[in-house]
Amino acid sequence: MTKPILKPGRKNPQIRTVHPTLPPAYRSRKALGFTVAAAEGRFCLQRCDDCGKLTYPAREACPACLSMNLRWQDVDPAGQLIAETTIRTSTNSYFRERTPWRTGTVMLDAGVSVLAHIHGDVTPQGRVRMIARTDKSGKGVMMALPEKEVENMADDKQLRELTCDPKHRRVLITDGRSDVGQAMARAMVNAGAEIVFVGLAEEWRGFPGQAAMTEIANVEIVPLDVTNTTSVQECAGEIGGKVDILINTAQHTRPGGIMGRRDVVTSRDEMEVNYFGLMRLMQGFGPGMKARGADGVNSACAWVNLLSVYALSNKPDFGSTSASQAAALSLAQCFRAEMAGSGVKVVNAYHGPLEDEWHQPLPPPKVSPNRLAREVTGALQQGLEDIAIGEVAVDVRGRWQEDAGVLEKELTQIEGM
Amino acid sequence: MSVLTELAASLASGAVKTVDLTHTLDPDFPVMILPPEFGQCARFRVEEVSRYDERGPGWYWRNFSCGEHTGTHFDAPIHWISGRDLPNATVDAIPVSAFVGPVCVIDCAGEAAEDEDYLLEVETIEAWEAIHGEIPAGAWVLMRTDWSKRSGAEYLNMREDGAHSPGPSAQTIRFLVETRDILGFGTETVGTDAGQGAHLSPPYPAHYILHGAGKLGLQCLANLDQLPATGAILICPPLKIKHGSGSPLRVMALVEE
Repeated sequence: MTKPILKPGRKNPQIRTVHPTLPPAYRSRKALGFTVAAAEGRFCLQRCDDCGKLTYPAREACPACLSMNLRWQDVDPAGQLIAETTIRTSTNSYFRERTPWRTGTVMLDAGVSVLAHIHGDVTPQGRVRMIARTDKSGKGVMMALPEKEVENMADDKQLRELTCDPKHRRVLITDGRSDVGQAMARAMVNAGAEIVFVGLAEEWRGFPGQAAMTEIANVEIVPLDVTNTTSVQECAGEIGGKVDILINTAQHTRPGGIMGRRDVVTSRDEMEVNYFGLMRLMQGFGPGMKARGADGVNSACAWVNLLSVYALSNKPDFGSTSASQAAALSLAQCFRAEMAGSGVKVVNAYHGPLEDEWHQPLPPPKVSPNRLAREVTGALQQGLEDIAIGEVAVDVRGRWQEDAGVLEKELTQIEGM
Repeated sequence: MSVLTELAASLASGAVKTVDLTHTLDPDFPVMILPPEFGQCARFRVEEVSRYDERGPGWYWRNFSCGEHTGTHFDAPIHWISGRDLPNATVDAIPVSAFVGPVCVIDCAGEAAEDEDYLLEVETIEAWEAIHGEIPAGAWVLMRTDWSKRSGAEYLNMREDGAHSPGPSAQTIRFLVETRDILGFGTETVGTDAGQGAHLSPPYPAHYILHGAGKLGLQCLANLDQLPATGAILICPPLKIKHGSGSPLRVMALVEE
């Protein structure tokens, strides 16, 4: 059984904050396919399209038939630990700081043996369940977990390096005015966050749920308006040094495309929140979080962007909002690059239409605020970086991955013609 | 001594003082809230361009943005549909003489403190005139409510049925426009109309009647408690925005000690 992580004490102000170091970061283009899958939490291996052989580690060509047609495919994550070693010294700074470190060889039921990090509760020669996750370098790695859930499993120190568990961490929800923001605050408190800061813009106008939210234990309301640079800078100045997880719930969604609108006023509002708001948050909170990626039990660990799945491909009846979401996605990609090396994961959570006033005339399925909050919490606990929430998002994202061109043609064709 | 020389001497001696009737343009200052499906009034926002740094080593300057009706602001007749066909109805076309003139201040602070939906009625104007004399044609009329001393959520005072703040009744505005031929009407609240003005007849009577008659509006005023009932001079030139429906502005008054 893993020893539960205790709530960390207050930081000693005389000790220098540990600078983030990284496990090996380079992967070949072919090998990055594993990282893509790991970011989604899928356990994949390359399979040869021509002869069907499973391959490990990542290769350019099939070792059996020399075919170049290797494709990453989900495989059964079950297996058995057949050999292990505990690393007690390393020339790599990251591992050197974290020894002892358990690694081993797992024989997958699929017939391939792989090298993996080993959870502390895996018994020698025991049955295991493999996971693929991104590590502090943002690159895919394998870890063997006990086949069945054990107590305090998430607190294993090696596993916690791969996850962004809110337990004992301090979370900032950027906008508490919406149902999504409020559901997210409740979910973070329930997941064991030490404190949940909830941003509130324009305190001069109230909103439904305000009283209930202020009553949640561990919730602290902070003035924060993502459309106001000064407000973001002031908030970051106040609490930026103790935000371990930031969840950007500020979103401006309006129906409408281009010619149905007579001006760019609404589109500008969308960009002001969805794009510039995100950029202000990144400029305000990014540097502090980047510096605290290895700051102990409650290190900075995750930045969550809630993105409409139509950031991937425009949905014309919400065309302008889709465009601002595409801008936000592009910015998130840049942010990932700038945060690389910090160990802080930039999580993109794509969602379909929400159960809110702007999607009210749309038919189900829609994503309720509680479901969105639950799935984001789960993604943090599991250490995922790319998730799709709700049936629509799963479907659209899947089709985008399959063929972005076909998806675009489908979304933009005239219905019933 | 000419009038202006005398004024200059009075300003220098302090016999005439200048009172600022303006709120600071602050990103957190409330603006009018409309149903979300309508276009909204832009908040006041500032972005720094440089501050003695690599973006401009020797100078500090910023870009600001806002709506024509953000902060302490001026309403031109064209702001309302009733004034849309009037001549010289935009801020750039209104004769500048309209921006300096006598001002009458009706003190409703006590009534507004007791009744947040207080409506200024004609009888109150008549009672005021019995003491201070008739409101002269071409005067600005300001409704003092001390609402400017409120802050945060207390200012708009929004509830589920909308904002609750004082303002003039339709009859009062009609009286001021048709019988007294005022130049404009100003308030300390976010609009010239009461918070519940949408439910009066006509809806938003101050906007509808004032602007329909080519009259002007001022709102989000402050420090009206520092003005005498009569005798002050109001100075309120809006920005000269091409075809502007209004403008944030610095409003001042000259007051004799």
